[in-house]
Amino acid sequence: MTGSLRSALGYVAVAAAAYYALVVVPRDGDIAVMINGSIYAGYAILALSLALIWGFGGILSFGQASFFGLAGYVYAIAGINLGDTAVALFLAVAASAAFAAILGYFMFWGRLSDVYLGVITLTVSLILFRFFNQTAGEEWTIGAAPLGGFNGIPSTPILTPIGHPDQPLSPENIYILSVMALAFCYLLCRFVIATRFGRAVVAIRENPVRAELLGYDTRLYKLGVFVIGGAIAGLGGVVFANSVFVSPTMFNLQTNGQVIIWVIVGGLGTLAGPVLGCFAMLALSTWLGSLNGVASGWTDPNLVMGAVLTVCVVTLRQGLLPTVVAAGERLIATLLRRIRIQKFGQPHAVDEPL
Amino acid sequence: MDYALIVLLQVIATVANLAMISAGLAVIFGMMRIINMAHGEFLMVGGYTALVSHQAGLNLWVAIFLVAPIVVGLIGAVVERLVIRRLYGRMIDTMLATWGVSLALVGLITIAFGNTVAGISPPLGSVEIGAYAIGCYELFVGGVTAILFLAGWLVLARTQLGLIARAAMQNREMAAALGVDPAKVYATTFVLGAAISGLAGALIAPITGVVPSIGATYIAKAFITVISGGTSILAGTLSAAGLLGAVNSMFSFLMTPVLGEVALLACAVVLLRLLPQGITGRYFRRAL
Amino acid sequence: MSATPPLLEARGLVMRFGGVTAVGGVSMSIGEGELRCLIGPNGAGKSTFFKMLSGQLLPTAGEVLLRGRSIAGLHAASIARLGVGVKTQTPSVFDGLSVLESVRIATNAILPPNLARRRADEALERMQIGHLAKAVVGSLAHGQRQLVELSMVVSQAPDLILLDEPAAGMTGREVERLGDLIIDLVRTCSVIVVEHDMEFIRRIARTVTVFNRGVVLAEGPAAEVMSDARVRDVYLGKEAA
Repeated sequence: MTGSLRSALGYVAVAAAAYYALVVVPRDGDIAVMINGSIYAGYAILALSLALIWGFGGILSFGQASFFGLAGYVYAIAGINLGDTAVALFLAVAASAAFAAILGYFMFWGRLSDVYLGVITLTVSLILFRFFNQTAGEEWTIGAAPLGGFNGIPSTPILTPIGHPDQPLSPENIYILSVMALAFCYLLCRFVIATRFGRAVVAIRENPVRAELLGYDTRLYKLGVFVIGGAIAGLGGVVFANSVFVSPTMFNLQTNGQVIIWVIVGGLGTLAGPVLGCFAMLALSTWLGSLNGVASGWTDPNLVMGAVLTVCVVTLRQGLLPTVVAAGERLIATLLRRIRIQKFGQPHAVDEPL
Repeated sequence: MDYALIVLLQVIATVANLAMISAGLAVIFGMMRIINMAHGEFLMVGGYTALVSHQAGLNLWVAIFLVAPIVVGLIGAVVERLVIRRLYGRMIDTMLATWGVSLALVGLITIAFGNTVAGISPPLGSVEIGAYAIGCYELFVGGVTAILFLAGWLVLARTQLGLIARAAMQNREMAAALGVDPAKVYATTFVLGAAISGLAGALIAPITGVVPSIGATYIAKAFITVISGGTSILAGTLSAAGLLGAVNSMFSFLMTPVLGEVALLACAVVLLRLLPQGITGRYFRRAL
Repeated sequence: MSATPPLLEARGLVMRFGGVTAVGGVSMSIGEGELRCLIGPNGAGKSTFFKMLSGQLLPTAGEVLLRGRSIAGLHAASIARLGVGVKTQTPSVFDGLSVLESVRIATNAILPPNLARRRADEALERMQIGHLAKAVVGSLAHGQRQLVELSMVVSQAPDLILLDEPAAGMTGREVERLGDLIIDLVRTCSVIVVEHDMEFIRRIARTVTVFNRGVVLAEGPAAEVMSDARVRDVYLGKEAA
C-alpha cells in the first residue's frame, strides 16, 4: 500500500471518528456513553503525552501518571477554593508542566541513563500515590478542600464557563469539551513534531552524541518535550477529574502500567496508535469486567494486561496494532495480486514491492 | 538515653529493611544491568508462600527460610526461561516485559487468595528499653540481613563462583573469557535474585502483612536504593540503604512515615543529579 | 604589535582515565586555513585529544583556546556553535532520518529556515550525494554514511573541522574524492585529520603531527616527518611490517 493512500485512509478514519464522537453520540443522548467517552478521552490524552515523549523524544517515562494525577489534584483543590474552575484548569496544567520541569532538570542535567530515568519517574509517581493515600485526616485540608486520603476528593468541581463560576457544565458539554481536548492535544503533538524543535527532538532520540556535536544542547530539548508531555498529561488529568473525580488511583502502579501498555500495543513512534491502543485496552477491560463469574475469575484485569504487555514485548517488535495493520496490508496486497493475475494473466513485472 | 537507643535501633531496623527488600533486585541489577520490575511481586509472592505454608501447618521458620526462597526461585527460573532469556541485550524491553510479569502476578495472586490483607503476628515478642519497646522480630530481621550480606561478601570474595560473578559484574565479555557460558551466569543470577527476594518477602511479611498489591509499596524504596547505590551489589546497596534509611527514619520521626518516604525520594533524586552513576559509580568503584 | 592568536591552540592537554594517562601534555596550534594531519599508532591518544578539543571529554589539565578564548570545560554543543565541526571515528548519523532531513538538522541548528534549506541542499551537492537525499540513512553503505556525516559537518560551514579517520571503510574512488574535497575545504576553513591510510596522508598532507603514547613525537612538513627515523620506528616501520 502506498504512503499517500495510507495517509488518506488515516484522514478518513479520523474524520469518521470525529463525526461519530461529536455528532452521533450527542444526538443519541445516552449520558452513560458520554461519561464513559469523557473518561476515555482523558486517558487517551494521557496516552498521547507518553506517545510524544517516549515515541518521539525517546524519554522513558514510566511514571507519566504523576502529571495526570497531580494536575487532577491541583484542579480539584484550586477549583474548590477559587470557585472559578476555568482558572483552576490553567493552574492545573501549569502545575504539571512546572513539576515536569523540576523533575526533568534533575534527570536530564544529571544525564541519567534510560533505565534510571524509567525507575525515577515511576518512583516519583508511586511516592505521590503513597502521599495522597495517607491524607485522610482533618489536618490534610487545603483551604476548603479536604484531600480525603484513599477516597480522594468526591466533590471535585465540574468545569464552569469563564466568568460564570456558578453554572457547572452538563455532562454533554463536558463530553464535547473532552473530545475536543483530545483532538487539540493530538494536533498539538503533530504540530510539535513538525517544528524545527520537534525535528531536533527526534534527531536527539536517534543519536544524542551527533546532535550535541551539531550544536544542540540535548538537555534543553529533552526538558522541553518532557514539559510539553507533562502539560498534556495534566490536561488529561483535568478531563478525567471532570468525568470521575480525583483519587490516589490516578497515580498508582496500575495506571502507570496501563499507559505503557496502551503505547506498546498501539505502537511506539506513532501518535494515533497509542490513542487507539488506549481505547482498545479500556474496552477490553470493561468487557472482561462484565464477564464476572463466567470464566471463574481468570479475567482479572491485571492478569490480562500483564500477559498482553509481556507477550507484546517478547514476541512483537512493533506493537500490536502496527503488526495487525501490516498483516492486513500484506493480505490485501496478496488478494489484489491474485485478482490481477486472474483478470490479466501473469503480471509483466512487479511494479510495487510488497 | 533510652530514647536515643530506641532511635538508633529504629534507624538500624529501617536500614536493614531497606537493604533486605533491595538485595534481590541489587543482585540482578549488578550482574545483568537490568531492573526487574516484577521485584515487588517476587517479595509479595514470598510473603504469601510463607504465610500460606505456615497456615497449612508448616513450621514458620521452615516456611520463611526454605519454602519461600525455593518457590520464588522457581518462579524466577520460569520467568527467566520464558521472558528474560529472549530479551538479552534489550534492557528497556526487559523492564517492560517484567512489568507485564508484575501485573500478571498481582492478578494471579488476587485470583488465588482474594484482594484482602492477610497476616501473622510477628513472633519473638518485644523488648522494653525504659519507657519504649521495640519488636524483637525487627531486630532479628536486622541480624538476618547482616548475615546475608556477610555471606554474600564471603561468596564473592572467597569462592570460584564469586570470581566468575565479579568478572561478570565488571564486564560481560570477561566472564566469557573465563570460559563460563554467560547465559548460564545470567540464568543463575536471576534465579538467585528471585530466591533472595522470596526470602526477603517472607521475612518482612509478619511485620507488614500481605495483600496482592503490596509489591508497589516495596518497589519505590527498593528501586531508589539500588540505583542510588550503583552497580556494586554489596557496597552499593549497603551505602545507599544506610544513607536513605537514615534520612527516611529521621523524617519519619520528625513528621510522618510517608513524609519520610518523600524525603527519601527527594534525597535520591538530588543524589543522582550529583552522582548519576550512583554512589559506587563514583566511590568504592572496586568494591563488591 | 600584538599577533592575532591562532585559530586553535592546545596548551599542555592532559587526560587521565583512572590510573591510565591517555594524553600526557600535548601542545599544538593550528592557524586559519591550515590542514593538519595527525598520525600515530593505535592508542597514541589521537581520538582522546580530539574529544578534548570538541568538548566530549573534559581535560584533566591544560587549556584549549579558540581564537584566544578558552573553551576547555564548555559543553560540546557550545563548542560546536563556536564553529568547531566534528566527524567521529565510526559514522555518527541519524539512522532513522533521511539524508536530507539529517543535513537539515545540522543547518537548522545555526541558521534561519530558508537559509537552512539552501545550505543543506548545497552541502549534499558538494558531497555529490544529492541523489540520496530521500534515502533513509540507516539503509546506506558505510562509505555513504561517512559522506552523510561529512555533509552534516560541512553544511554548518565551521571554522575548524576535526575529521577522525574519514577514509575508513571507503572504496578507492571514494577516498580519492574525499582527498579532493578536503583540499577544497581548506580554502574556507582549517581542518585537522586523523588518518591511518598513509597513501591518503601523502596525497593531502602539508604539516603532519605524530602522536605516540599520548605525547607529540614529531611535527613538521609531511616529507620531513615521514623520513624521521623515530617516526619510522613507532609507526611507519610497523605499517611496513
